[in-house]
Amino acid sequence: MTNNNTISKTLIVAISLCLVCSALISYSAVELRDLQEANKTLDKQTKILSAAGLLADDKDVSSLFNSIEIKIVDLETGLFNTSINIEDFDESSFSRNPNTSIELTSDADIALLKRRENFQAIYLHYENESLKAIILPVRGYGLWGTMKGYLALESDLQTVIGLEFFDHKETPGLGGEIVNPRWKAIWKGKKVYSDSGDVIISVIKGSVDKSNKNAKFQVDGLSGATITSNGVTNLLSFWLGEMGYGPLIKEIRSKESADV
Amino acid sequence: MSKAKEVLLNPIFNDNPIALQILGICSALAVTGTLYITLIMCVALTSVVTLSNFFVSLIRNHIPTNIRIIVQISIIATLVMLVDEVLQAYDYESSKTLSVFVGLIVTNCIVMGRAEAFAMKNGPIMSAIDGFGNGLGYSIILIVIAVIREFVGAGTFYGIEIMPLTTNGGWYLANNFFLTPASSFFIIGFTIWALRQWKTDQIEEPEFKILKNSLEAEKRTI
Repeated sequence: MTNNNTISKTLIVAISLCLVCSALISYSAVELRDLQEANKTLDKQTKILSAAGLLADDKDVSSLFNSIEIKIVDLETGLFNTSINIEDFDESSFSRNPNTSIELTSDADIALLKRRENFQAIYLHYENESLKAIILPVRGYGLWGTMKGYLALESDLQTVIGLEFFDHKETPGLGGEIVNPRWKAIWKGKKVYSDSGDVIISVIKGSVDKSNKNAKFQVDGLSGATITSNGVTNLLSFWLGEMGYGPLIKEIRSKESADV
Repeated sequence: MSKAKEVLLNPIFNDNPIALQILGICSALAVTGTLYITLIMCVALTSVVTLSNFFVSLIRNHIPTNIRIIVQISIIATLVMLVDEVLQAYDYESSKTLSVFVGLIVTNCIVMGRAEAFAMKNGPIMSAIDGFGNGLGYSIILIVIAVIREFVGAGTFYGIEIMPLTTNGGWYLANNFFLTPASSFFIIGFTIWALRQWKTDQIEEPEFKILKNSLEAEKRTI
């Protein structure tokens, strides 16, 4: 057997192995990139449609998504921003970049985000030219990590259609029940703002007393998951409030009343 | 051919990588919450260990001894990245759930252990068979754990509802402990016990004996 332990042989084996391995990985990464990107988009679209209650078994997700319009909104002013390309918008890089985000003071940061991006991509669902649903990305800290989801509101910007979380780290069986279809179904029809315009919707401890006049603002808590339940309340208060989509909602309302 | 059969079947019960060698426990704890995810993980690991054994064995006569571990790891890491890419492209949902655990196959002791212990000394075909057998041995334990955890923890088998949960209006109050990875410790422990009751030659000699406490020892001397 030849001696493998010479320096030249060692170098030759190491270099050729690296070349072969890296070529293989580059090839597969390039070949499969389109499929992977398509999967990611499809996954996101499915979650958005599901929040808005538009998902149907017999229809293709991407064709259903044609009825959805994506807009970039400036969270500071509540106005739509047309200078940012939707393809260029990336929530995580925007919220980290000091030029496109603000640092939250501890009393404003109820959802424990630390920084909030100044722009957000929102989704509008039109049917026969009229606005049917508005789908807002929301996120906030639960027990173990950030819960990310979509909140869909009816065109009155007051009634919930659905709340769908697509990423969370909550305990399976306890906080993880935020993705349970039965719990998600409770959200439909709940109201988010009080008459004076405050965000009042909350996940309470235990079950909602139906006879209570506030029942339409309350959602059954998840048993054994108080911190997760509070996290959901907090993230909704944050994103529907002044620091979140408050200005946008005000803007749409004033535009509607001007139209009338 | 009997050697090949032995190499293939031995790791399943007689020399199981998890139950006897106690390797690869990390992923056995982490990814056994539901059966479907576990099956994906088993396929991923089995293909990695089979192929890595094959390729390591193929070039075993050219690997310089002083960099042999690095060479093995490079081959394993390449295969793991390929598996991860394929998974992201064809089963995105599972790849999201498995997340880092596919990448962590690199550090799975079974893969590296078989490359070093078997593939460096045997031919490519035999090494591939050995890798496949060890993959099966790993899979069988994981499947047992996953079936138990999913059934007790969520009342389902492969996603099909067997016992309706109270949270869904049924009668079965799910045991949430079984949804947490820690429960796997107990299940693995009981599996090993059951296997050793059946194959008694696997029972190890105790490494030390527990001494009687001093008071008792004194009494005896009196």
